[in-house]
This record gives sequence, structure tokens and C-alpha cells, in this order.
Amino acid sequence: MLKLNVNGRSHTVDVEPEMPLLWVLRDHLNLRGTKYGCGMSLCGACTVHIDGVAVESCSLPVSEAVGKKILTIEGLAKRDLHPIQAAWIEHEVPQCGYCQTGMIMSAAALLDKKPRPTDDDIDAAMTNLCRCGTYARVKKAIHAAAEMRALPGAARKGTAS
Amino acid sequence: MTITLSRRDFMKASAAIGGGLALEFWFPVAAKAAGGVSSTEVNAWVVIHPDDRVVIRIARSEMGQGSYTALAQLVAEELDCDWAKVSAEFASPNEHIRRKRIWGSMSTGGSMGIRGSQDYVRKAGASAREMLVAAAAAQWQVPANECSVDKGVITHVLSGRKLRYGQVAGAAAKLTPPSDVKLRDSKDWKIAGKSMHRLDIPDKVLGKPVFGVDVALPGMLHASIAQCPVFGGKVKSLDARIAEKMRGVKKVLREENFIAVIADSWWRADQALNKIVVEWDVGAHGNASNETIAAMFREGLADPKLPQARKLGDTDAALASAAKVVEAEYQSPYLNHATMEPQTCTAWFKPDGFLEVWTSTQNGEASLAVAAETAGLPQEKVEVHKMMLGGGFGRRGGSQDFVRQGVTIAKSMPGVPVKLMWSRQEDMQHGFYRPASMVRMKGGLDAQGKLVALHTRIACPSILAVLMPEAPLKDGIDFSAVRSFNDAPYEIPNQQVDYARRNGHVPVGFWRAPGQQNAFYRECFIDELASAAGKDPLDFRLAMLRAGDKNRLVLEAVAKAAAWGSPMPPGLHRGLASIDGFGSYTAMVVELSVSAKGVAKVHRVIVAIDSGYVVNPDTCRAQAESNVVYGLSAVFQQENNVRNGRIVESNFHNFRLMPLPDMPKVETVLVPTGGFWGGHGEPAILGIAPAVCNAIFAATGKRIRSLPLKHHDLRKA
Repeated sequence: MLKLNVNGRSHTVDVEPEMPLLWVLRDHLNLRGTKYGCGMSLCGACTVHIDGVAVESCSLPVSEAVGKKILTIEGLAKRDLHPIQAAWIEHEVPQCGYCQTGMIMSAAALLDKKPRPTDDDIDAAMTNLCRCGTYARVKKAIHAAAEMRALPGAARKGTAS
Repeated sequence: MTITLSRRDFMKASAAIGGGLALEFWFPVAAKAAGGVSSTEVNAWVVIHPDDRVVIRIARSEMGQGSYTALAQLVAEELDCDWAKVSAEFASPNEHIRRKRIWGSMSTGGSMGIRGSQDYVRKAGASAREMLVAAAAAQWQVPANECSVDKGVITHVLSGRKLRYGQVAGAAAKLTPPSDVKLRDSKDWKIAGKSMHRLDIPDKVLGKPVFGVDVALPGMLHASIAQCPVFGGKVKSLDARIAEKMRGVKKVLREENFIAVIADSWWRADQALNKIVVEWDVGAHGNASNETIAAMFREGLADPKLPQARKLGDTDAALASAAKVVEAEYQSPYLNHATMEPQTCTAWFKPDGFLEVWTSTQNGEASLAVAAETAGLPQEKVEVHKMMLGGGFGRRGGSQDFVRQGVTIAKSMPGVPVKLMWSRQEDMQHGFYRPASMVRMKGGLDAQGKLVALHTRIACPSILAVLMPEAPLKDGIDFSAVRSFNDAPYEIPNQQVDYARRNGHVPVGFWRAPGQQNAFYRECFIDELASAAGKDPLDFRLAMLRAGDKNRLVLEAVAKAAAWGSPMPPGLHRGLASIDGFGSYTAMVVELSVSAKGVAKVHRVIVAIDSGYVVNPDTCRAQAESNVVYGLSAVFQQENNVRNGRIVESNFHNFRLMPLPDMPKVETVLVPTGGFWGGHGEPAILGIAPAVCNAIFAATGKRIRSLPLKHHDLRKA
């Protein structure tokens, strides 16, 4: 039995310690917003936060996530949308959307580290792959979210409901 | 709890259980529609709730291209409802069959989503509007022509009385639909033609389980699959003793051409699959390779008796008397679609004899047909739940291999839902690839540098021969193998296009803008000819296009936007291409640099596109951006090589997708001229390869006649 803290809630799962976190989330905890893309840490579709750091969950044995705070896309929005999510909607970033939850988690981690990232910061941090080619909008939306966060009391569009 | 047959009943049952984890299932937007039992279907496309919410049914699939929203815009435009109250849901393939194909085509490919259904969906919206107005007029006992509509509110102009759509929908549904309706002129559009926010994006941003791989059902099991690595091979023997004992494994399935493990989680199924020792009977193609395939194409190009896809004038004579003859051979590799969501299908043989299928498909009707055939059930006893696609690009339409497999696997466990998902490696090595091909072109210029003859010989697999083997090719020609040559708009008096159908054993399929290799060949060779004639590439093309030709208009538009002919900043070089397809006309200019070490970087791409009409400008721009990235990935990096009969590449480390830092600035110039409906999902990919390679020639003096670029030394000679 392994104890996991996911999105602020505690879960006990009966799985092999080497099972990648991705599959524990998807098939055992029913959190299917995190996606499988490659299984080799190449594409970033499976990105979650472990203690605030963006990590590819397809290659992380679940045992290594025990005792740490796991945040998935389902836990990113609190009462309001996260600024990244709001900017993603405003700038119509997703196309098929499959890679976008991982993309959003990477972008959110970047903003936590660098509240006003430069284009170079974005290039370095956003290693997620997108087959639909949403990159230009990803960049634009990250800058927009950074601005949104910098403005106190800025209106955020949409809710998490 | 008994889960009943119909999708709507099932959704109600799921909703009643609430957030119960394993039972929670989420349908894209449809759950909202199912919530109210008193909602009214005014016609097959339009459902109205008492509180005026409008649900628009969408028959085409959504794979990121945005037609889920744009089609709803077209219906809503004619319906005259409040866009803020519009949601969409996929039409049910089962209902489609039972209601005699009431929703038209469900096929989603060829950039047909909008242009192929705009007429009947707009008429459906207009017809529903007329019925709603008639119902209100009847209630007021006034003539319908005394009523006006604004955002779903009907007003009797003389008396000022008002009724909302939600109040009259029930009465409207009982009326006979009008036999003919008038559609609005696009200049009067209020909802269509505007950059409405896409309806599917909020759920995608929240990570809601909208995709085929996200299906979760009570007691569902998971399957991972392995097919013979050599196409066409079969299972000879297998040793699954270790796999069968692994944790969570429920079954090891052996079929003629694949093995699968069914387990209680996908990872466990996949781990066990990897422990099975399989001996494959690889069949006749175990020695096929890039070299044998190239030899097959060369043999085809040398074939003296090829069918002709176009013949104008006398090419041989014109070439013989030309002042200058230019010859070149070009080629392209196989390419995988590499949808981010691997192929997937969930199937459930229910105790009552009904089969339910959930899948990411570009054609719900084709999925239904394949599922029914595989199950041995009449189509009426099968439902296909269309999920959002994690990318399509042509992979999930014509070939329904994943549905056949998913249904076969679930059939071995009656009563239990089983979700099949392919691993990335399986997906990379068992695609229906963009055909590799080889082309030889010969062009003749007269003394004034005018192109007087073009002879093209094309050796290329036929996609139709793979996807529709029972239908013989008309006159031996597959349109997707000869396009852009057999329908080239340039006024060249002598033209001949010969087609050598050479398929080999690698399965080929429709890959975003099928036939786009020919755009690379044609538009690069036109540049070679312009250069040989000592002419500017833009002038050379314009001189061959009649006044008023829409290809000419987009060329002029892109030249203006890119300031073609003006001096470039040091180090930057331009390339041009112009090509029509999928109902639209496109031209593009690529600006790139090549470093001293030979690294090419694309800085800016300007795309001009005339699609006749534009339903959602922002979505059209997004599609142009998407086509640029899809195209650049192929130009710079991608290839699927064949060795020992199998595909060499296995994942994104050796089949690379363009990463974010390489994203150029994309400027899309929409120049809709009206009078026809063109597509947006694919046309803008056509010019990418030639525009890039023509810019590389401008930068380095080197002609690129094969892709990807990674094999070329781009340092200045």
C-alpha cells in the first residue's frame, strides 16, 4: 500500500512501486486529465507537479512520489481558473487539446519559478511537444498569464466549475 | 442498477450515480443536453430547452480543426439564436443509421467538414427558425411575416408581444418543416464569420476526460496490443507463461495477426505484453528495405507503358524543340501521422446483445460499420460514441483497424468493457503512412524563357488501393498520387503526367493533405525552371496564370504581404510556393536563414489563403499555424525508414516533432473572395516544403530534391 498526496487529498493505492505515476493517476485514481504520449519522457503530455516542479509522470515510479505533493491538471484551478488556464481560453491555444494539460502544467510551473518569463525562458522551459502546432499561442498565452498575475485583482475570465 | 441501451439513458444513469469514481463518465457537452427530459428536438440538428439553451448536433468529428464550433456557428447563424446559449454534441452514429443517414456525411477528412456540409446545416438552422416563428405566429394568430427574431426571442412587431424559443419549441417540432428556405448572404452574418470562442476549449483546458483514451466504465479492463512488426505477417507461436501469471493480467489473446494482453490497468497489460515471447511468420516481406522500395519506384519510372493522368499537346515534340531542357528527380519518405493520442477503442458486448463502442474516429459511421461487421451484429445493435480526437490528420478515418481490434478483443470477454490503447511504439510502427514516392520531371523552355512543356513521371503507392482494395482505380489513376500535376493551373501548352502505381507492402493512407509530396516536387521544380529561364520565381509563375485565376490572386496577396522583391535584411532569404487544394487557394513565402554551420532556421511564414468564405477567422488562422508546424516537422526531421520489412522509428526520439523554440512567426492573410467554399484543415501545408526548399536555394545555391533536410549539408558550397 502506498500513500499519495494528490491535489491536496490523501489516497492509498495498492500498486507495484515501480508503476509509473501516470498510470496510478489515470487507471487507479481516475484522474485522466494527465495524458500518455510516449512513455519515455519525450513529449511532456504526462506533466504534473511534484512539490511544485514540473515532472513527466510517465517515467516516474510511483514510489518516488510518496511523501510528496502531487498536483495534476484537475487540481490546478482553485476557486477561479489558474491564470494559465484563463489565458489558454482567451487566446484559443488548444487545438486537439491532447498535449495541452501537460503544456499547461509546464507553463504553470514556469510562472511559479519566473513570474515574468522572457521568450528565452519559455523556449527553455517548454519542452512539451504539440502535433497540432499551437506553439505560437502557447508563448503568447504564457506572457498574457504572467501579465494577468502581475495585475492585482485583475479579472479572470471563466470559473473552474 | 441496470444500464440501458441508449446513450441518453446511460448518461442519465451515470448522472444519477453522481461523482462515483469508476462510474463517472463524461460525454463532451452532451451531458448538458441530456439533463432536461423536456428538451425538444426541433429537427435533427437543433435541440431547444425550455430555458432557451440550444444544443446543436455535429456529425463531423473534432480533432482540433475547430469544425465542432464552426458548424454550430453556421446552424446558429440561420437559427438566429443567442450564441451564449449554444452548446454542441456529436450526433449518434446508431441513430444516424436508424434515421436513414439523417445527418449526412460523418466522414471528417479532405478539409470537408465545413465545405461539405455548410449547405444542409445552414438549411437546418433556417428551417428550425421558420418553424419556431410559425409556432409563435400560430399562438398569436398572426401571419408569420409580421414576426421578427433576435437572439432567440420572437417578436410580433405590431403588438410588441414576445415569445422565447424555449417557449415555442414544443409546438414548433410538431409542424411540417418548410420545403425550401432562404439562406443569408454572408455579408449579413452575425455569428458565422466571427471569431467565436471554441466550444470545446474550456473542457480541454481543465483536463476533463474528453478523449477516446479517457473512457472509464464500470469493471472496465485495459488492453495493450502487438502486431507483427513486418506488415502482413502473422503470429506463428507464442509463449505467454510468464505474462499470464503477472499481476492484474486477465487474459492473453492470440489472433491471426496480433497478440493482446487484457489486464486491470493499461500499464500492467503492457508490461505483460513485453514478457511474451512471440515468433512471427513475417511472410514475404521480411527483406523489404528503403533500397528495395527505391528500386521498385525506379522500375516504375522506367516503365514504358504507364497510364496518363494528363495529356495536353505533344510533350515529346515540344521538349525536342525546346531551347532549354531541365530535368530533375525528387523523392519523399514514408511519414507517420503520429497523433499525440495513440489509436484507441473501447468496446463492450452487453448482456442484452448490444455492442457499445467508444473511439476517437474521423468517421463515426465507418467505425459503426466496422464494429458491426467484426461483431457479427446488425448495425442497429451497435452504438459508437464519438470522442474528441487527440489528433487525426487522416489516421483515424479510412482505416478503422483500431476499431476492428478493439471489438475483437472485447468479444473475447463478453459483458466486460475493454479499452484498447496502442503504445507509442505500436502507433509509430503500424501506421497507414504518407506514401513515399519518386518523381522525374522534365521541363522545356523556349528562347524567351517561357515554359512550353512539362513531362512528369510519378512512382507512388496508391492509397485507394490500400483503403478500398475492392474498387479498381479508374483508368489506373489514383487522384491522390497525381494531384497538383494533373490539375496544375499553370498554362503550359504541352503537359504529360504518367503514373506508376507501385505499392509495396507498407500500408499507406491519407496523411494531412494527401498528395502533398507533389506540391513539393512541382513548386520546387517550377523554381528550378524559373532560375534556368533567368526569371524571378514570382514573375515566372504569374506569367503562367490567367488574369482572374484565384491562384494568381493569392500569389499577389502573399507577395504584397511579404514585400516580395524588396531587399531582405542580411542573412535572411525568401522562398515562394503557390498551390491550390482541398477547395482553397494558397500561396506562401518562407523567410529563413542558414548559418555558417549549415543550420537552417525559419523565421517567418506568410500564408495567403482564399477559401471563398471564412466561418471562424481565428480558427482559420490557427489551422494555418498548425499546417506550418506539421509541414516544417516533415521538412526538417521526419522520415519512416524501412529495414527488414519493418519501420525503424519507434518513438519521438527518432521521429521528431518540431519543438516550441523552432516556431516561426506565422502571418495568415485571409482573402475570401466568395462564391465557393474551400477548406482550411489541410491546404496551407501544401506550400511549406517547396517554399522552405526554394528559400534554401536562395540562401545556399543548393537544390533540395529529397526530404528530410537533416540529411543535407546546407553549408554554402
